[in-house]
Amino acid sequence: MPFWTIVYALLFYTATALLVGGLAYKIRQYAKTPAPLKIPTTPAPVTRQGVVLRMFREVAFFESLFRSNKWIWVFGYLFHFGMFLVLARHLRYFTNPVWTWVDLIQPFGLYAAFAMVAGLAGLWARRVLVDRVRYISALSDHLMLALLMAIALTGLGMDYITHTDIVALKAFFLGLMYFNWQPIPEDPLLLVHLGLVATLMIIFPVSKLLHAPGVFFSPTRNQVDNPRAEPGLRAHDSRHIAPWAAELEK
Amino acid sequence: MADFETPELKEYPVIPLIHEGVMAHSKPFIAKEQFQEPLGFPGELVDNWQQVAYDKMEELTGKYRSLAVFLDSCVKCGACTDKCHYYLGTSDPKNMPVARQDLFRKVYRRKFTFAGKYFPKLVGAVDLTREVLDDWYSYFHQCSQCRRCSVYCPYGIDTAEISMAAREVMDTIGVGQKYCNEIIGKVFKIGNNLGLPEPALANTLEGLEEDIEDETGVKVRLPLDEKGADVLVVTPSADFFAEPHVDGLMGYAKVFHEAGLSWTLSSHASEAANFGMFIGSYENMRKLSLRVREAALDLGVKRIIFGECGHAWRVAYSFLNTLAGPFDFLDPNYPVPQHILEFTHDLIQRGGITLDKSANDDMRLTFHDSCNIARASRMGSKPGGQFTIPREVIKASCNHFFDMPQDTIHDATYCCGGGGGLLTDDLMEIRVKGAMPRMEALKHVVEEHGVTHMAAICAICKSQFAKVMPYYGFQMDSIVSVHQLVSNAIVMGNKQ
Repeated sequence: MPFWTIVYALLFYTATALLVGGLAYKIRQYAKTPAPLKIPTTPAPVTRQGVVLRMFREVAFFESLFRSNKWIWVFGYLFHFGMFLVLARHLRYFTNPVWTWVDLIQPFGLYAAFAMVAGLAGLWARRVLVDRVRYISALSDHLMLALLMAIALTGLGMDYITHTDIVALKAFFLGLMYFNWQPIPEDPLLLVHLGLVATLMIIFPVSKLLHAPGVFFSPTRNQVDNPRAEPGLRAHDSRHIAPWAAELEK
Repeated sequence: MADFETPELKEYPVIPLIHEGVMAHSKPFIAKEQFQEPLGFPGELVDNWQQVAYDKMEELTGKYRSLAVFLDSCVKCGACTDKCHYYLGTSDPKNMPVARQDLFRKVYRRKFTFAGKYFPKLVGAVDLTREVLDDWYSYFHQCSQCRRCSVYCPYGIDTAEISMAAREVMDTIGVGQKYCNEIIGKVFKIGNNLGLPEPALANTLEGLEEDIEDETGVKVRLPLDEKGADVLVVTPSADFFAEPHVDGLMGYAKVFHEAGLSWTLSSHASEAANFGMFIGSYENMRKLSLRVREAALDLGVKRIIFGECGHAWRVAYSFLNTLAGPFDFLDPNYPVPQHILEFTHDLIQRGGITLDKSANDDMRLTFHDSCNIARASRMGSKPGGQFTIPREVIKASCNHFFDMPQDTIHDATYCCGGGGGLLTDDLMEIRVKGAMPRMEALKHVVEEHGVTHMAAICAICKSQFAKVMPYYGFQMDSIVSVHQLVSNAIVMGNKQ
């Protein structure tokens, strides 16, 4: 097996393991940590279905962010939605045969990539130009934007600057998935792109990207507003109480 | 009037540029041993305080999902940076919610995360040094735990949760705030925040009964420790003597009289307020709440109703069942607890009391949504009842009501600036500056609609506004209780 193939094969196995393992660890931590008090930000839904809808609106439309700051919402949404379409489009490299809906969205990938770059550029501009945001930004915040921007730009580069042998690339990734390694195309732009993606996967569970699983566990958004003993909503003899708090009563 | 400048009220709100360190000098008096000890805290900074603090942080992130998620999920988007009234009033960047959280987060990262342990400079992680501790003490006492930031954060990160945790860590290493901790001690010892013992309370209530009889000609009772009453009323102790709170209490008494319901106050549970929440101490908050349960059991009541108090209502609505329940010994036909406004509102809807609106014609009113009620509770059966119910009661009691601008009311309401344990003279500067956005919104309706008075349903807001409004050119008696309006308008003797 050629050198770069071995390197990138091992790199992606490691990156996947760290990403999946790391996320599993954090998600388990969030799930097992109790939320001892009812603290949804009110007004809040009084039923579980209401909470599901609230969470859906947050994740799909960034509802709170829209209320908060239109600029961040525009750039943030452009970036996230663009990335969603780009990622979905990339499924073609990991599935055989390619799923119909993935096939249908292929033409949108290019515009989605531009949306990603525009969103990231806007967010980065804000981080540099607005004094309040500059103050709260650590080096890692800038580097994260740089990383994502570089991934998007190297990806676009393979559309406009140098074309990669994507048939061979698909064979490489399918080879990794089915343990039948195939050589990786050794284009510099591709190798940089993939290297950056692997970096993103590795740092995901130890970075602020944990906001992705985190939002689902945020008690201010995922709790039902039914803490008091009400006729109909919560019986007088049922209470929201964490195991460690119940210990205090013994 | 003071050695700081009162912020200027502008025509339109302006987000200030940051001015680092301008409020770093602000810190409340430290609690001496006599105030720490009754709460179970060390009397002064313990020897190995750094390690004790780290251990407490680890313990808290294991006990509170809010902490675990909020410390990891902030992406530094900056959406919250212009939302805190303390930032808007001071322009100190550490009063931006994200930066306030970061005082805690940067230490958490250093000790408990991969990035903070091995790449601290990359992520801005630091050890808990004396300097950092001083910053904690200063800036976590410039947060009123009003949750405004949590409305606007994409993940709902609530700085109040971090503020409570930070204060709990500080208490655990012996650094407590005198104001909150002394008050909690008073409740344990005497029964209420003011240290008003039972005989004094009984005397005060008798005096109020006389006042009502003088005013209305009707003998209205304010019972104390009366066994077998239908309703236990738990109200902030400020209602017993402070202005305009006491006018609200007289309003509750008149409403109960007209409703024909037997009720009682309790000297054991003579305080609705629960400062245990402000210091993030579950154990102390629970100990305070249990007094309500004990009083309800002892007096054999069927219902519990809370008076006009902001954070007390949060604790009552959101936590009482958890901390002091179950309440299966009370009447299951009613929520436990209820808010006096839910009671009065329901009564008005059923035609149970008669109100003469013209009694309040000398006032043009607006309503201040108190933070804990707006963003941490509910009234009635639908979300948002905490906004509509008070307004409907006000509108039933007066002819002239005007809301302040939309983005300053309801869940976007600006904190009065005195909540969360900050209602003390040693924090006057931050109190005055934090009130700026609310004062600016008030000025708007004063100029647009000739508003003369602002009604509120929180004892802290009423005290804070009475003190702070004069700094901004408003009269201190232009803050009124909602049940004061009811008290003015209620027609006595119609039902029985």
